[in-house]
Amino acid sequence: MANLGDSNSPLKRFAAHAQVQRVLPWLFPIFVLAVWQLSSQSGWLSTRVLPEPWAVLKAFWSLTVSGEIWTHVATSTWRAAAGFAIGGGLGLLLGLLTGTFRPAEMLLDSSLQMIRNIPALALIPLVILWFGIDESAKLFLVALGVFFPIYLNTFHGIRSVDKGLIEMARSYGLSGWRLYTQVILPGATASILVGVRFSLGLTWVLLIVAETISAQAGIGYMTMNAREFLQTDVVLVGILLYALLGKLADLLAKGLERWWLRWHPGYQRVHT
Amino acid sequence: MKRHDIEIRGASVEVTGVSKGYAGRRVLLDADLQIAPGEFIAIVGRSGCGKSTLLRLLAGLEPADAGTILLDGDAHAAHQSDIRIMFQDARLLPWKRVLDNVALGLTGPDVKERAREALAQVGLADRAKEWPAVLSGGQRQRVALARALVHTPRLLLLDEPLGALDALTRIEMHRLIERLWLRHGFTALLVTHDVSEAVALGDRVVQIEDHRIALDERVLLPRPRHRGQAFAAYEERILDRVLQQPEGVSVPPDDALEYHPAHAVRWAI
Repeated sequence: MANLGDSNSPLKRFAAHAQVQRVLPWLFPIFVLAVWQLSSQSGWLSTRVLPEPWAVLKAFWSLTVSGEIWTHVATSTWRAAAGFAIGGGLGLLLGLLTGTFRPAEMLLDSSLQMIRNIPALALIPLVILWFGIDESAKLFLVALGVFFPIYLNTFHGIRSVDKGLIEMARSYGLSGWRLYTQVILPGATASILVGVRFSLGLTWVLLIVAETISAQAGIGYMTMNAREFLQTDVVLVGILLYALLGKLADLLAKGLERWWLRWHPGYQRVHT
Repeated sequence: MKRHDIEIRGASVEVTGVSKGYAGRRVLLDADLQIAPGEFIAIVGRSGCGKSTLLRLLAGLEPADAGTILLDGDAHAAHQSDIRIMFQDARLLPWKRVLDNVALGLTGPDVKERAREALAQVGLADRAKEWPAVLSGGQRQRVALARALVHTPRLLLLDEPLGALDALTRIEMHRLIERLWLRHGFTALLVTHDVSEAVALGDRVVQIEDHRIALDERVLLPRPRHRGQAFAAYEERILDRVLQQPEGVSVPPDDALEYHPAHAVRWAI
């Protein structure tokens, strides 16, 4: 009998094949889709619980053809990007400030740490009172949630730059702006990017909630609207869109990591 | 390899009555040291004796509590650009390619050219575009050496730069450092815990003990130095001196150490 752990076993050789490796990750999702389709078709799964994949695809198609889906995707993407830019930008700026200057840390850090412990979503009633159900309310929520991961990781990144490298750079005549851009900032990049990736994930979570409260457009509005008319297929399209956009944002962040940290052994592509 | 045919452009160093302590703990006390231009000084001593501290004071990384350090008769703080230090760890910036690491802190139009030249001098011209992460320990120290030399320092401080390297790489590095020192004529100060390294490289071997300079011995061997009998004699004499128990440290009785001489154990192995 062939031993499965043996590197020469047929199963292992099969799995090592390049084309097989490309197909393998898709096997399970396809299997799930097939089971789902079959159980819907046989009536075992009610369409009110979950519409068949085919119906979701059709809904997606009709929304695309009518052009409706694009306005929603564009609106949501714009909100996510704007909220992320505002919150992330402020987080980066303040993180750099408190990380670099001790007095700024003393002044701001403890207050920020206190606010950090308030879940952004707990502020929804207040946000509605302040901004109404306007666009700014959604941006505020996203920006607030995104702010802290980036702030914390920037602060931590600046503080944990290797002191030996700073000492070396100073003794080689670097100071001020040159020291900051050539040593401190690059040294903090890895940590800052961790914050960025974490924040990107948060952006969509916050946006979903913000858009389902009240909106005239956006993916969240589309799904809430569909719920009223019991269009489970459109609800599912919305959920899948969120997943897709989230994945895209993560890919973007990963790409940034691969570029900015290409010097880092932990981020270099493994050559096979 | 003779020295007199090149111009000596190293700085003279004069350390007078220098003391340094950290949080009440005395590290250096009233240390005096004179170094002639272009001389190669090797400083040995037990760990924690203050030899690295002396180097850090000379590099201007820390201020001395008392005493003066003069470079060519001037306060050494005014000569920061003439002093370069090589650390125990190479301290290359991992996010800069090898060439850009060598060019760190350089200004002027021909920065890349000068850096490339310095890299060629340490034999790494073909690695200019690599990230430091892919280099071996010895190669990293060679890059660090190039980075120091590209500034044409008049005083080069070496803080146990070869401590973490294997024996063969170390001997290679000794030859490289000696060759570049002969060629550029800078004053060199090497801190090491390896007496053989000190004898191989130093014009003078200085020992720090009890926070003071305790031994200052001139090594009268022709360069490049071969590990012959005369070499071994120097090495043994200095090692014996270093291994003498400093005052104030109580030696536990022999039986408390559970010490087994090698010849008593050998039959059991």
